[in-house]
This record gives sequence, C-alpha cells and structure tokens, in this order.
Amino acid sequence: MTAKAAPEGWSTKLGVILAVAGSAVGLGNFLRFPGRAALYGGGAFMIPYFISLLILGIPICWVEWTIGRHGGRHGFNSAPGVFSVIWRHPLSRLFGALAVFVPVVIYMYYVFIEAWCLGYAWDYLAGNINPGSDPSQFATYFSSHFNQYIGVAENGALFEHYSSAATFMLICFALNFILIYRGLSKGIEAFCKWAMPALILAALVVLLRVLSLGAPNPGHPDQNVINGLGFMWNPKPEHPGGSTFSALADPQVWLEAAGQIFFTLSVGFGIIMTYASYLKPNDDVALSALTASATNEFCEVCLGGLITIPAAFIFLGAAPLAQVAGSSIGLGFHAVPVVFQYLPFGQFFGFLWFGLLFLAAVTSSISMLQPAIAFFEEGFGMGRQTSITTLGLITGAGSLLVVYFSKNTVALDVMDFWVGSAMLIVLALFEVILFGWVLGAKRGLKETNRGSDIRVPEIFSYIIRYVCPTYLVVILGAFAYQNFPAQARAIVERPAALVTVTFMAIVLAFLVLMVHLATRRWERSKRFAHIPERAI
Amino acid sequence: MTFAGWCLMLSSVGFVLLLTGYCFYRVLRSPVAKDHMHAPLDIDTHEKMG
Repeated sequence: MTAKAAPEGWSTKLGVILAVAGSAVGLGNFLRFPGRAALYGGGAFMIPYFISLLILGIPICWVEWTIGRHGGRHGFNSAPGVFSVIWRHPLSRLFGALAVFVPVVIYMYYVFIEAWCLGYAWDYLAGNINPGSDPSQFATYFSSHFNQYIGVAENGALFEHYSSAATFMLICFALNFILIYRGLSKGIEAFCKWAMPALILAALVVLLRVLSLGAPNPGHPDQNVINGLGFMWNPKPEHPGGSTFSALADPQVWLEAAGQIFFTLSVGFGIIMTYASYLKPNDDVALSALTASATNEFCEVCLGGLITIPAAFIFLGAAPLAQVAGSSIGLGFHAVPVVFQYLPFGQFFGFLWFGLLFLAAVTSSISMLQPAIAFFEEGFGMGRQTSITTLGLITGAGSLLVVYFSKNTVALDVMDFWVGSAMLIVLALFEVILFGWVLGAKRGLKETNRGSDIRVPEIFSYIIRYVCPTYLVVILGAFAYQNFPAQARAIVERPAALVTVTFMAIVLAFLVLMVHLATRRWERSKRFAHIPERAI
Repeated sequence: MTFAGWCLMLSSVGFVLLLTGYCFYRVLRSPVAKDHMHAPLDIDTHEKMG
C-alpha cells in the first residue's frame, strides 16, 4: 500500500508559482517582444503571434517536456540519448548533436548581452551615465554611448584600450562557470526564484506609473499614454499606403511572430528537454509546461507590451522611437535609458532595471550550459570538472570571436541568424516529427498525460502530427527564401562572417563526432539493450 | 488609439490573464503541487563535483 501524500499548504503551492514565474522572465519579454510587435504591424502582429503560441509554442513545449521526461526514465539526460531512446537511427545522433550545439552557440553571444546589462547596472550605480541636462541631447548621448560601449566602430576595438564591455564580459563568463563549476547554480536559481517575481512586482508598479502618466510634457500634449498604447497596439500597415491589416499578408510578419514565440518560450533550444529528463516518471509535465508558457506570456504581453513602448513614446515621441523600436538592442539600450532620465531617482531605477535584467540573463545562460554538460558527463563518463572545462574552452573561443568582431556586431548577428533563428526551427521540426510520427502522436500524448494534473485534449495529437510540421516547414521555407541569399552573400563579402560561420561549422562537426563516439560507447555497454524502441 | 487597437489590446491581455489565471487555479487546486509540479529553475539536475 502506498502512503498518500499530505495535501500541501498555500505557501508551498505559492512556491511552485514563484519558481514558474522566476523561470519565465527573460530579456525577450521586456526588450525583444515590444520592438517586434511595434515594427511588424502593431496590434495586427498579435494575430500571428497568438496563432503561433497555440499551434506551435505550447504544443512543442509539451513535446519537449514529454520526450525529456521519457528519456530520463530510461537513464538519459542529454539530447542524443533522449532522442536515441525513442529512435535508434543515425538522424537521432545528428539532431542530438544539434540540440547540444544550439544552446552552446547561443550562450557564446548571449553572455555578451548579459555583460551589457551588468555593465549598465554598474554604470548607473557608479554614476557613470551623464547625458547632461539638455533633454534634446539624451537620445543622441545614449545612442553614441552604447555604440562606443560595444565597439561597433571597429573590429578589435574592445581590446585596444580598457573596455568596460570586455571586462564585464570576462566577469560574466567567469561567474557563470564558477557558479556551475562549484555546484552553486542552484543557489543563484533559488535566489532568482524570489528575485524574478520581485522584478515582476517592480514591473507592475512601473506599469501603474506609466498608465497614470497622462501627458507629462506640456509642450507635446500628443505624447501621452493613450497615443503611446496606440503606437504599440494599433494595427498598422508596414509600409505607407497599405491597409490596416496589410501586415498579415507579409510572410515576414508570420516568421517574426513564430520566431518570437520560439525565443521567448525557449522552444527548440534543447534546454527544456534536458531539465525535464531529471523529473520523476510520474511528475506532471502538462500543467507545468502550460503554466510556464502562460506566465511567460503574462510577463510579455501584459507587462512588456504595456510598459516599454508606451513609456518610450511618451518621453521620446513617435519619430525617434520608430528608429529604434525594431531592434531589441536599440529599444533596451538607447530608448529605455532615456526614460530613466525623466523619472525621479532615475539613476536608482536604471541600476535596478539593468541589475534585474542581468539576473534574469544569468539564469538563462546557466541553463544553456546544462545540455552540453549533461552530454559530456553521460557520453564519456567525464567528471563535472572535466566536462565544464571542455565546455569552457569551446564557449570561450566563440565568445572571444563575438567580442573581437564587434564592428556592426557581425559575429553576434551571424550566430543569432544561423543558430538563434534558423536552427531553432530545424530542431523543433525534428522534435515534432519524432513525437508525432516516430513515437506516434496518440502514444506520445498518452505519455504527456501520464501523471499530469491536466489532460491535454486529444486534438493536440493531430496538431502535433500534422499542423506543427506543416507550419514549421512553411516557416522554414519562407525564412530561407527571404533571408538565405543575403546571409550567404554576407559570408562571402565579410571576412568576419566567414570566420564566424567556419568556427560554428567546426564546433558542430566536433559535436557530431563526439555524439557518434558516445553512442558507440552506449551501445558497447548495452545501455539501450533493455529499452524497446519507441517504448512508452 | 483606434477602436481596433483597443480591441486587440484588451483581447490579448484578457486572453493571457485568463490562461494564466486558469493555470494558477489548477496549481493551487492540486493537492501535491510541490512534489509533483516543476519549473526549470526548480528541477534538481543532480549537480555534484566529479
């Protein structure tokens, strides 16, 4: 007879919600989403956005949680092992290597953006942000400050003299590895379990303040909160002369909406799968995945969508905002600092804002290291120190490239395009095919529902089997058609892009070889012997 | 702000609030949420020195 679990109190259940909220907050909520929505059709963007959420984002989250927990049940925590449990085919090894490769490469440039957040937090704390007293010069000051800060003028600019960005990059890189090397990442994550909900609370306070601003500049009564919300939410044509909803006819809008869902829910990163593999066989995955997605959407739509653009509109006006709104970097590091200049205690709020964004970034960057560490440990029996050192050498070389090739952020953009955009879709496509066709969507959904606190409706087996792959193939095709020619030309014409792509190809080849060797090792030790293929 | 803008903003925020509210309600209703439900930050990855 099994002991019946005691019902939990409200405090422990609140702890679960706080952990979910802590995991949900990220840079994409406050920086990337509002800029994308404002640039790609305003309110019209939300139509493809929610369609992508419902038929791609949430179903693929369920897929990743489910196959991760399934692989963990058979003793595997890394993507190559998890995929091979379901399908003993060479493609599982290839895409397993891709699932290790994707978060590793994203880490290489993500840690640089993390360093900007820490650097700006420090500069606000130390009083190094001095735009002067002329409000007309604020936007120019922050634009040139940021460009100088990250060395966009010349390659190697951050190495020529003392550079704050390079120093904070080194600090962030070392911090991430020290935390994970010493087994302290759980400590920082436990801290963030409380700190990130604090960020949400702070954002709610800021939201109330923004919505009650009215028109603070008597000289510009049109720069008011209603027009600011309109700048973000009014459906508008991408080009002059188009109809209100003409943006919906542009495939790029649908691509950007799907890309935002992938980025914000960490779908196709291979990270969720690795974490889910550590769950117990009857732990919930359906409600956990849905709650994580919903909380993320709350931060993104209800906070990010109502704060960043309206606040920037009120203080900057429509024309300057339109120039930076499409770039999450532009919005976050050019426009938002201007807003702090107009607030009482702006220096303190600037420090708080960038400090909390830095913490959100740390939890994400640490989680990006976990899939590769899990692979090195279980693939080769490496100790934690050895696997972390190996990973440190690989990511260190990549991050060095990103910092050196700082002119127009070429290396960062190349990595973000090929890995942070294209390969996410490729990996997600393999996952839904594995779940919907190899495992079988109905069997897969049965596995999702096992032990779960909600039942995923049957219709999602059809969505995962037919709709997701079709949608992903169409997106990938349109993405390739629209972007690959220009990106391929960039590789030929810009040496920095060529070096970056060559480096990524070498890392991918190395990981494919490692996965091949690890699989042979698993087969020799008969790790798969007791697992019937496609077993549930 | 246009009528369409208001409609899109209110329906987007309303949908997300409903979805989040439903999830939290289900979490709070679960008798064994702490041991049974997880967020990525909350999952023990068995970190140990080796």
